[in-house]
Amino acid sequence: MTTTRTIDTDIAIVGGGIMGASAALALRRKGVAVVLLERDLCGSRSSGVNYGGVRRQGRPVSQLPLAQRAHQVWANLPALIGTDGEYQRSGHFKIGRSEADMAALEAYANLSSDFDLGIQLISGATLRERCPWLGGRAVGGSLCPDDGQANPRLVSPAFALAARRAGAQILERTPMTSVEHDGKVFTVRSGNTLAVRAPVLINCAGAWAGALAAQFGEAVPIHSGHPAMAVTEPLPFFMHWSLGVEGGGIYCRQVARGNLVLGGGAGVALDADRARSERSAIATLAVQAVELLPALKNAHFIRTWSGTEGYLPDRQPVLGKSHTTPGLIHGFGFAGAGFQIGPGVGEVLAELARDGRSTTPIDAFAIERFLPTTVAEVASTAAAH
Amino acid sequence: MTAPTLQPVIVGAGPAGIRAAQTLVAHGVRPVVIDEAARGGGQIYRRPPAHFARNPQTLYGTEASRATDLHSVFDSLQTQIDYQADSLVWNAQAGLLDVLHGPTQTTRTVPYGQLIVASGATDRVLPVPGWTLPGVYTLGGAQVALKFQGCTIGRNVVLMGTGPLLYLVAYQYAKAGTTVAAVLDTARFADQLTALPGMLTQPAVLAKGLYYVGWLRAHGVALHTGVRPVRIQGDTRVNAVVWSDGQREHTVPCDAVGFGYALRSETQLADLLGCQFAWAPMHRAHLPERDGAGRTSVAGVYLAGDGAGIMGADAAEWAGERAALALLADHGVKVDAARAAELERKLTKLMPFRQGLERAFPFPADWAVNAPDALVVCRCENITAGELRACARDAGADEMNRLKALTRVGMGRCQGRMCGVGAAEILAHATGKPIDAVGRLRGQAPIKPIPIHLQAQAEAAE
Ligand SMILES: Cc1cc2nc3c(=O)[nH]c(=O)nc-3n(C[C@H](O)[C@H](O)[C@H](O)COP(=O)(O)OP(=O)(O)OC[C@H]3O[C@@H](n4cnc5c(N)ncnc54)[C@H](O)[C@@H]3O)c2cc1C
Ligand SMILES: Cc1cc2nc3c(=O)[nH]c(=O)nc-3n(C[C@H](O)[C@H](O)[C@H](O)COP(=O)(O)OP(=O)(O)OC[C@H]3O[C@@H](n4cnc5c(N)ncnc54)[C@H](O)[C@@H]3O)c2cc1C
Repeated sequence: MTTTRTIDTDIAIVGGGIMGASAALALRRKGVAVVLLERDLCGSRSSGVNYGGVRRQGRPVSQLPLAQRAHQVWANLPALIGTDGEYQRSGHFKIGRSEADMAALEAYANLSSDFDLGIQLISGATLRERCPWLGGRAVGGSLCPDDGQANPRLVSPAFALAARRAGAQILERTPMTSVEHDGKVFTVRSGNTLAVRAPVLINCAGAWAGALAAQFGEAVPIHSGHPAMAVTEPLPFFMHWSLGVEGGGIYCRQVARGNLVLGGGAGVALDADRARSERSAIATLAVQAVELLPALKNAHFIRTWSGTEGYLPDRQPVLGKSHTTPGLIHGFGFAGAGFQIGPGVGEVLAELARDGRSTTPIDAFAIERFLPTTVAEVASTAAAH
Repeated sequence: MTAPTLQPVIVGAGPAGIRAAQTLVAHGVRPVVIDEAARGGGQIYRRPPAHFARNPQTLYGTEASRATDLHSVFDSLQTQIDYQADSLVWNAQAGLLDVLHGPTQTTRTVPYGQLIVASGATDRVLPVPGWTLPGVYTLGGAQVALKFQGCTIGRNVVLMGTGPLLYLVAYQYAKAGTTVAAVLDTARFADQLTALPGMLTQPAVLAKGLYYVGWLRAHGVALHTGVRPVRIQGDTRVNAVVWSDGQREHTVPCDAVGFGYALRSETQLADLLGCQFAWAPMHRAHLPERDGAGRTSVAGVYLAGDGAGIMGADAAEWAGERAALALLADHGVKVDAARAAELERKLTKLMPFRQGLERAFPFPADWAVNAPDALVVCRCENITAGELRACARDAGADEMNRLKALTRVGMGRCQGRMCGVGAAEILAHATGKPIDAVGRLRGQAPIKPIPIHLQAQAEAAE
């Protein structure tokens, strides 16, 4: 007979991606007891396999307060998590391929002007001078000098490791298999070996967070997506900026070792947990990459991969308190863009968990936006009793 | 009844792939045969470019008649198969293979309903300090140079490691007029003695092995067993090998080194196709699972030859034929059941000999213990044993994919096909886990690096 280990704690977190792990770390820094359950290894999913773009430029304005908060955390990364995770403020350059693109980039620069992103529009001779390696299709672009890139394989697990060093109980290879709420305390179980009891539960289960929300009457239209990624062999270093393209499509960056990491298009799901880059996506990436960076013409791809990420229809996350269940807090659905804001989200989740509210505006991410009004109202009155 | 639409694809034109193709053709089925090499024959019966004039006797020695037989079988099949030479299968998913044609640098997608993977093996490498110096080759690489290009890796060579190929390559090199400065076998003489009973089940093969050893001795080649490689020495290229007999160190001057520890299966294709893997203790590797006929866990995908576990060339021929029979039977084609049973019997009967070989040339299980921290394990990414150990210790990595994520081991051009074995041994030792428990690197396309440019061309042409 197996004995069930029971742990009583202040906060339980499900999911050890960058959201869950940075929340655990932020909570420990506030002195709060926390237990995190990760069914696999921390940072082994989206958070560890993403492209590594650490960019604010291009985000919806509603996300910019969060992105700015995260930007501060990124600045102190080595002190916080014990590694620089290859984080560099190398600049993020968004390429325009037409006058319409340039107009859109200019409009974004104006729209985000309250947030001090330092965006510079570059075109014509200046562009050719600063980046002779750009192919002919680029007519100009928009540079955010303090945006950059990092190595997600290193950064995300390091958040979990730092949280553990700070006293969080990080339980890896420990899937949450069921959860109950008795009105005051959540009991999160992993099979019949573990029960974690806590008055507060944070749902950071990434693309798999929907089931937990649904169990508490908050089914949201979340679906999985699989960005396609590829990397070249090391090439002589030529490109400092991380590149994106206005209107989407391809993005790429060169790491210090010389490899170019490229993303764009969609991969295919192998099953609910795993995905890989798809052949046609790799081919499309290749065409666009050579067009953008002629220097890649004679390079080789040495690896391709993908990941599984949660998307909501408006491509905004669900971040905030449950509408139905006191003590339940959600942080999921980052639509392929959660890496940069992750450390900010962690702090916000920690505030919500301990103080019940956050100093960063997050109303745009409330789960209510997906709940039928009537149900939501009924639920909220129920919760008030 | 022959299903008229049946056009299976065979990957690999070594002994396994060729016999599979022959069997399919004999049953009225026309297969596609895709092989990375320029000419059929596989590793053991690798053919030199057509204009080379050396005779089979010089090239294949005692295996000359088998080689010519297999080559002529393959040549005779040409009008009945769709043969794609110089073609690397670089990616696979259910029902589709992506194939890169080397000479024209184009890629194309080949659909399949049934697939026989006969992808063979490559050397199993365990690094030794200095192994990245110019002049150092794998044993198989040294042999390929001889067979394919008709040249040797040096004038005065040391051959080191363990496995049957060690003595075979030494013999072939000496016969070709190269000075073999020493053969350094990490297996002990006592290992060879305890292996005898198993080896005696294939007396002819055993006799061949003993013949090579006797011939080398008779020709004054220094043979040492129970050695521990210490380092390969040199400034700009190798000039000596230092080894230990447990008591003291010895230095053998040389200008080239061939080294390797038997072979490892090429399993990436099976992995990309989603075949289930399991730990195979005899092979000390995670291998795709298959039944006695070669059926994998994925319907329509069959395995044959060294790519499913190192069993040697004869077994590869039998397994190729057996897999083809299974494929045919699974599609309602009438096959000779007695022949199928006989092939399975032959394959089973080979097991004691295979076990004997493992006993005679055991994997040097103490390799990881002795690997110095400064030893480069992954040469693509320049990752040392010390970095791998530190990662296990400080970051708690206890599984291969995590080790890869954190250190970059296996992330370079070879994708772990060379460094994976050594890295797993280091990780197992560092974590105190049994070797099977550290898992295996997940396969990722492309199987080998593919030119971006080529991709672009193919797409634009569509
Ligand atoms: C290929 C790719 C490229 C991307 N590129 C970028 C980029 O360049 N920039 C950027 O900002 N963002 C990028 N993103 C998005 C970013 O990676 C994600 O938004 C972010 O990592 C989400 O973090 P998370 O913690 O919510 O999810 P995850 O990292 O997926 O973590 C969720 C965790 O929950 C665990 N879990 C699930 N169910 C359970 C359970 N029942 N019990 C226990 N644990 C459970 C999972 O195992 C997983 O580890 C990319 C994403 C992908 C997939
Ligand atoms: C370098 C080397 C030398 C050897 N020398 C000897 C020897 O002298 N004597 C001996 O008894 N045994 C030798 N062996 C072992 C012997 O090769 C095998 O036992 C035997 O050849 C196995 O036959 P096979 O058909 O399974 O594979 P192989 O003969 O290895 O044939 C596999 C074929 O598949 C092709 N292939 C693999 N992957 C792909 C892909 N993704 N796309 C397209 N094509 C692919 C390869 O290019 C190769 O032509 C050697 C092995 C190696 C690796």
